[in-house]
Amino acid sequence: MQLPDAEQLIATLAESMRPKVSADTCLVGIHTGGVWLAERLHALLGLSQPLGTIDVSFYRDDYSAKGLHPQPRGSKIPFDVEGAHIVIVDDVLYTGRTTRAALNELFDYGRPARVELAVLIDRGGRELPIGASFCALTLPEALPAGQNLQLERADSGALSMRLIHA
Amino acid sequence: MRNPQLNKHGELQHLLTIDGLPRGIITQILDIAAPFTEVAEREVKKLPLLRGKSVFNLFFENSTRTRTTFEIAAKRLSADVINLNVATSSTKKGETLLDTVDNLCAMQADMFVVRHESSGAPHLIAQHLENTGRDHIHVVNAGDGRHAHPTQGLLDMYTIRHYKKEFHNLTVAIVGDVLHSRVARSQIAALTTLGVPEVRVIGPKTLLPTDVEKMGVRYFASMEEGLKGVDVVMMLRLQNERMNGALLPSPQEFFKVWGLTAEKLALAKPDAIVMHPGPMNRGVEIDSAVADGNQAVILPQVTFGIAVRMAVMSMLGSH
Repeated sequence: MQLPDAEQLIATLAESMRPKVSADTCLVGIHTGGVWLAERLHALLGLSQPLGTIDVSFYRDDYSAKGLHPQPRGSKIPFDVEGAHIVIVDDVLYTGRTTRAALNELFDYGRPARVELAVLIDRGGRELPIGASFCALTLPEALPAGQNLQLERADSGALSMRLIHA
Repeated sequence: MRNPQLNKHGELQHLLTIDGLPRGIITQILDIAAPFTEVAEREVKKLPLLRGKSVFNLFFENSTRTRTTFEIAAKRLSADVINLNVATSSTKKGETLLDTVDNLCAMQADMFVVRHESSGAPHLIAQHLENTGRDHIHVVNAGDGRHAHPTQGLLDMYTIRHYKKEFHNLTVAIVGDVLHSRVARSQIAALTTLGVPEVRVIGPKTLLPTDVEKMGVRYFASMEEGLKGVDVVMMLRLQNERMNGALLPSPQEFFKVWGLTAEKLALAKPDAIVMHPGPMNRGVEIDSAVADGNQAVILPQVTFGIAVRMAVMSMLGSH
C-alpha cells in the first residue's frame, strides 16, 4: 500500500477545520501521534487557548488484559473544560476505544459544551459508535487487524505515516 | 529461588519489601506515580483503574496516616475500600490470621493492604494465597513489625527524586532509631538499589542494628560529623514506647544530642531537604523550627504517598 503523505494530510485537515473553529476552540491531542498533530493544527489555525494533551493509559478498557504503560506521560488540560468547545485530535481512528477513553477522561475535568474529533486517517474497523467530525483521509478498505498505522516524527520535526505489521 | 513478590512474567504480584525488588520495578513505580499526582487537581478526583475491585485494609496495628492514604489512593482508583477495625474483630475472638484472610477472600477480596505487629505477616498471607492458587489476589505490606514498610520507602524515593532529580550523586543521612525502624530498613534498601553512592546512618549505638554496616551504609556516631555536606536528611521517629527501657536516657537528652536543630542542619548542603515519615515528636527528634522550616518536605511526602500508593495498587491490579 502506498502510504499517504502526512504533511499534505495535515494541511487538508487544517483547512477543513478552519471554518468550524473559533479563537476559543480548545485542542486536545492524544499521546503520542495525536499530540504532534495537535501542535501542528494549533499553529496552523492560530488558536489562542493553550494546547491540552491526554494520555489515555489510565482509562483504557484493556487495562486488565494489557497492564499499565510502564511510563505514562499523564494528561495536561491547561484550560477550563466547563462549557468549552473542544476538538480531540488523534492521528488514526481505528476501533474508537481510544476516543472513548479520551472522552471519559475529559469529562472528569468538567462538562464541555461540545466535543469533536479530528483525525488524519480513518482506517476503518470501528468497534464503537464513534465517528470523526474532521478527517483528511478515509481508507476505501479497512486495514487488516494485524497492521498498525501510525504517525512518526523525524528529528527535524517532519511527520510521516508508518505501517507496522504486527 | 523465585522472588515471591514477582509473578512468572516478572511483574509485581505483591509488594512485601523493597529488599530484593529489581531496580526496574522501583523506577517503574515512581514513573507511574508521577501522573497520579495531578489527579488531585481535577474536578473528578478519580481514575477507573480499579473499578469494581475490593481493597481490604487489614490493620492489626494502629495507623492514621498510612491507612488513610491507602484508603484515598484506592478510592481515587475507583476501588471499593473496606476498612477492618481489627481491634474489634474476630481475631480477638481467637480466629487465626489465615482464617480471617480466607473469610475475606470468600467476600471476593481483590487486594489486601496489611499492617501487622509481627514481621512477615504479609509474606505469610501472600504465601497462603499462592499455595491455594489464588494468584488474582494481591497483598501490599503497609508495615510489618521491624521488617519493612515498602510504600513509605517508595514515597521517600519519589520525594527525593522530585527535589533532587537524580540519585547517583547524592549523600543521604538517616538519623535516629534505626533499630526499631522498618521505615529505615526500607529506605536503605531503596537508596542502595537506586544507586545512591553514600547512605549514612546517624544515631546512638544502642539504637542501631549490630550488622548495620552490612546493609551498605556508613555509620556516624555524631550529628556534627554525619550531617556534613549531605543532600537529604531523613529523620526517623523516636519510638516513644521504647523510651522506658534501658536504651535511652530521656527525651530531653536525646534531643540535645540527636535532635535536628537549625544549627545542626546548617552543616548539611544549603539546599538539603529534611524528611520525616511521621508522626513527628517535636522537641525529641526534630525541632519545630526545622519541621516547619523551608527545607522541610514532610507534608509533600504525605501527598506524594497517595500517588505512590496509587501506582503500586494499579500495577498490582493490572494482572
